[in-house]
Amino acid sequence: MAQTIKLIALGLITLCAMIAANYARDVAYQVHAILIMLIAGGMFLWQVRQTGEEAAPPAPQNEYMDGVVRAGVVATCFWGIAGFLVGVIIAFQLAFPALNFDWAQGYANFGRLRPLHTSAVIFAFGGNALIATSFFIVQRTCAARLWGGNLAWFVFWGFQLFIVMAATGYLLGGTQSKEYAEPEWYIDIWLTIVWVSYLLVFLGTIVKRREPHIYVANWFLLSFIVTVAMLHLINNISIPVSIYGSKSVQVFSGVQDAMVQWWYGHNAVGFFLTAGFLGMMYYFIPKQAERPVFSYKLSIIHFWALIFLYIWAGPHHLHYTALPDWAGTLGMVFSIILWMPSWGGMINGLMTLQGAWDKLRTDPVIRMMVTSLAFYGMSTFEGPMMSIRAVNSLSHYTDWTIGHVHSGALGWNGLITFGALYYLTPVLWKRERLYSLSLVSWHFWLATIGIVLYASSMWVTGIMEGLMWREVDAYGFLVNSFADTVSAKFPMYVVRALGGVLFLSGAIIMCYNLWMTVRAAPAKAPLSTAVPAE
Amino acid sequence: METYSLLREFADSWMLLVMFSVFVGVAIWVFRPWARDMYRDTAEIPFRHDDAPMGPEEDQK
Repeated sequence: MAQTIKLIALGLITLCAMIAANYARDVAYQVHAILIMLIAGGMFLWQVRQTGEEAAPPAPQNEYMDGVVRAGVVATCFWGIAGFLVGVIIAFQLAFPALNFDWAQGYANFGRLRPLHTSAVIFAFGGNALIATSFFIVQRTCAARLWGGNLAWFVFWGFQLFIVMAATGYLLGGTQSKEYAEPEWYIDIWLTIVWVSYLLVFLGTIVKRREPHIYVANWFLLSFIVTVAMLHLINNISIPVSIYGSKSVQVFSGVQDAMVQWWYGHNAVGFFLTAGFLGMMYYFIPKQAERPVFSYKLSIIHFWALIFLYIWAGPHHLHYTALPDWAGTLGMVFSIILWMPSWGGMINGLMTLQGAWDKLRTDPVIRMMVTSLAFYGMSTFEGPMMSIRAVNSLSHYTDWTIGHVHSGALGWNGLITFGALYYLTPVLWKRERLYSLSLVSWHFWLATIGIVLYASSMWVTGIMEGLMWREVDAYGFLVNSFADTVSAKFPMYVVRALGGVLFLSGAIIMCYNLWMTVRAAPAKAPLSTAVPAE
Repeated sequence: METYSLLREFADSWMLLVMFSVFVGVAIWVFRPWARDMYRDTAEIPFRHDDAPMGPEEDQK
């Protein structure tokens, strides 16, 4: 019966996708319709061939569901390399405009590749890392197998389809031009379905937990899932121009739209890139350091302070715009108050190493995690400072913002994810240890030097650019034209691109190391003590 | 009073007070002395069930 319903549904989807591909009004929509047609059609054929076969036995409930986490680790590595590579390409495109090749105009020029880079690193690399680690953490800390059986696999593959549609859409011009929320209406609807399934799997596992208490990492991860759902729904309220086209029109307009967008944009940073990754931090740092978190009470206050404060910080993106001043001041004040929980959380993570500081010398993985916390502290210091109206008048629209984002994203999100991957791979593939610790050290130094080059060159070029823009002569005329600032930035752009190359090569080394860990590291010896049958 | 001004006034006064007190309440509540052992125990959760979920007949600690 279930099989029949599945067949009918897949057949209908294939048919609708065929019709949509036929009537499509633009290329992005047509490509996506054909993509969905092929996937649904392929699944239909596969399902037909399965009829009459015996159903697979139900999965054993006495072990964790790690297959989907393993797939997530592979996907994180893959999208990480892809996203970093596109980042390096566009960094060179900025330094050497000739790299915007004529034959690729309209597909692979800077304007089309930039959203591809941001979405690839945030949603594809970061998102896959979050889904994989959250599935790993919630099982271990609830002592329960993932709820919902194959729903977790649906979340994984559904998210990959979202990424592929978003990425191809950008290259073909399907975008609603909202920062970090570029995908068009039908991709948004698909992501909503996937995300609600994700919430169900996560929440279902928490509900059937065998530990009486919910470990703090799960609080952060749950708040990340719930808040991102809310942000996504409200920021993407739009009406499609045609059901057969990708173009849609936002319901909010003018300054309301700008406020909703940056309420979304900043909380995407606050809940996707901060709360979610703090969930990772609160699990993997104690595990790697082999000691419980420094202060569990502080972690609870960290959580609630973050929840109560972050949601108000968005308006600081809109200083000196049509947004009323009081709203900007509100955003600025809350951003500055955020110093407290951010640094409280950082100190909590760092102090977890109390009594185990020697591990910093011997274990490059923990070194990576600690450095990521240092970057977390640094960028959460820099961000509130930049949200102050007077500082913002210098920093806004300059490359300082780009530098700030990257010290947070490469330093905090990148390094903590690498640390988690180094922890997860031997555990998931049941290896005794990583293939090579010295390669981890290489990765650590390449990544750190890369970030330092990136951030410092962007500080220099950003402040220089801001000062050049506001420079006036004795008669009150502007001294520099825009093109003057562009040519003055050239050396810093080259340094930034080289920093990106270092970061990318570190990540490639990591992938090789993880691959060799799975292939060549000695397998973990089975438990010597007898395990009672259950 | 129009809706905007009404909501604005409410948000500026009572709602602000409620949210602020809830937050301060949580921060104080966390430090209740009799929960010390409970928090210590909760912080140990990541070190318990690395390899397999808890079976149906196992006791909760």
